Amino acid sequence: MNKKTHLDASGRSVGKGIASAVIMTILGVACALASMGVTVLSIGISVLTVCAGLLALRTRKMKLTNGKEIIQPASRSFVIAMLLVDIILASARLTGFDFGLILRRGHQFFVILQQIFQPDFQYFPKVVEPLLDTIKMSILGSVIGATLALPISVIASTNINPSKPIVWTQRVLLMIIRTLPTLVIAKFAALIFGLGTFAGTVAIIVFTFGVVSKMMYESIETIDMGAFEAMESFGSTKFQSFWSACMPQILPTYLSYCLYALEMNIRAAAILGYVGAGGLGLLMDERIGWRDYKGLGMVLLALFVVVLIIENTSQYLRKKLS
Amino acid sequence: MQNNKNVGQDALPRDARYDIVTTYLTRPRLWWMYTLIVLIVAALISWSGSAVNYKGMASKGVEIAKGIGSGLIHPDASLLLTMDENGKVIAPYINITPEGVPYQLLQTVAIAILGTLIGGILAVPFSFLACDKVVPKWVAAIFNVFILLIRTIPSLVWALVWIRVTGPNAFCGVVTQSVCSIGMICKMYITAIEDVDTRILESLDASGCNGFQKIRYGILPQIIPNFISTVIYRFDINVKDATTLGIVGAGGIGAALIQCITSSRWSMVGAYLLGMILLMIVIELFSTKVRSRLARG
Repeated sequence: MNKKTHLDASGRSVGKGIASAVIMTILGVACALASMGVTVLSIGISVLTVCAGLLALRTRKMKLTNGKEIIQPASRSFVIAMLLVDIILASARLTGFDFGLILRRGHQFFVILQQIFQPDFQYFPKVVEPLLDTIKMSILGSVIGATLALPISVIASTNINPSKPIVWTQRVLLMIIRTLPTLVIAKFAALIFGLGTFAGTVAIIVFTFGVVSKMMYESIETIDMGAFEAMESFGSTKFQSFWSACMPQILPTYLSYCLYALEMNIRAAAILGYVGAGGLGLLMDERIGWRDYKGLGMVLLALFVVVLIIENTSQYLRKKLS
Repeated sequence: MQNNKNVGQDALPRDARYDIVTTYLTRPRLWWMYTLIVLIVAALISWSGSAVNYKGMASKGVEIAKGIGSGLIHPDASLLLTMDENGKVIAPYINITPEGVPYQLLQTVAIAILGTLIGGILAVPFSFLACDKVVPKWVAAIFNVFILLIRTIPSLVWALVWIRVTGPNAFCGVVTQSVCSIGMICKMYITAIEDVDTRILESLDASGCNGFQKIRYGILPQIIPNFISTVIYRFDINVKDATTLGIVGAGGIGAALIQCITSSRWSMVGAYLLGMILLMIVIELFSTKVRSRLARG
């Protein structure tokens, strides 16, 4: 009856817990020493980290009423906390964090901000056209991107597509698309297709496609496949059964993701002009170059109002959909 | 048992069957509404199509596209590894000079870590003040508008405002991110606070707990996992944002990347891009794993 089990209450093996504690301790000491060199502070922190690591190794044996002995590993929270401290110190070192600088020069922060909050309404007529461009770019980009995303997300969901290799290549491709920042895509598009709204639209299409596809294949995997199987057993083709059994289930989610993507895209489209892809960003870049921060304030105010309207409309529609 | 087999329509009384049929026949016909929606969407698309006119490739478009492709296939390895003049890899193997990809990536991650952490801490008081379950409605409304303001100003503009204070360096990226993360983090914190089950407080009250104990055992266990999960999610986004903040000079890999793009050094662009893609994939996997563990408890 005195059989030892090497599992703790949550089923984690003790060996795995020890290994992760050791790795965390080594990482923490490495961070502390690499960020500050061999100084009193870094050595002190390293010693503390090692102590926390040792604490995480200390296990406790317990005897249950049925005679079984189990091992309860100590909490790893101390070593996780110490690792976090080490990482924060290393990051502060790497970025040149200096809180005193903010205290000393903090008043400079309000110089531009004050002017931004006094928008120059004379400038409004010049804002209208780029603002409309931004809205048009984001609507067209969202529609095309979301339309392209639907078939791809069906292919990338495991419950409809039985072929594992196709599913995983799709997913890796989508992941790579999502990792590219929108501004970098816009920069490439502006170089390839020339400056202007077309480049911006391409960037938004790529961005929307990546995001909506991912959200869609995740929600397609949660739908009820019973109706789909039933239709297949009647002799419907895969497409017919998908269209009648799955589409009604995923359509509301899909539409609400499209609206959500539109919300994000308005904000994203506003800065694309920074790299020459048309819209409000062009104007922002120009105003900043001229140091006309009141004009910039007008641009931002216009954007604020549009974002407010579109967000509220879309949230209302999304509530209706769900 | 035989009789029970047809418990379907036959088991219903006549009136109910009639009701089903009439309900079906008099169901709301919304075809005019669907047509209206389709018309509106079609009008919006055609309206937005007017701004976007395809003028063909730029004069050097094909060349640039080829350059990007070849750069991704043949990245400049000297940015990743230490090499001597003949292209042989020498110790200490990984290029840790400030121009190298590993250093730039580390700096980008460092900016995101500190920015997210400070933003996550600053967002706590704001989110309690903007939640109408905690404070009066008008106070919550004021803070909600304030949060929306923070969210609407693009991060590039925030960076510009902060550059006057800190100068163009990585520290500027940190303060920029700590301010512009507040908006989204607050929005998700507020949802977490609104979902708190307050009946637990009553039962703690009944068992004689004091105020501190009520917060410690009644509220914190409910909101802390949500808060941590939000911060990790935002960290994911901030790493991606930090790569673009460099465009206005706020540190991170963006500055070097845009410089290489404008001067058409495609092999260097390839090295930076590959580094970024790898980093983002690792961070996304990490954050998904940690968040799913937090959700399961």
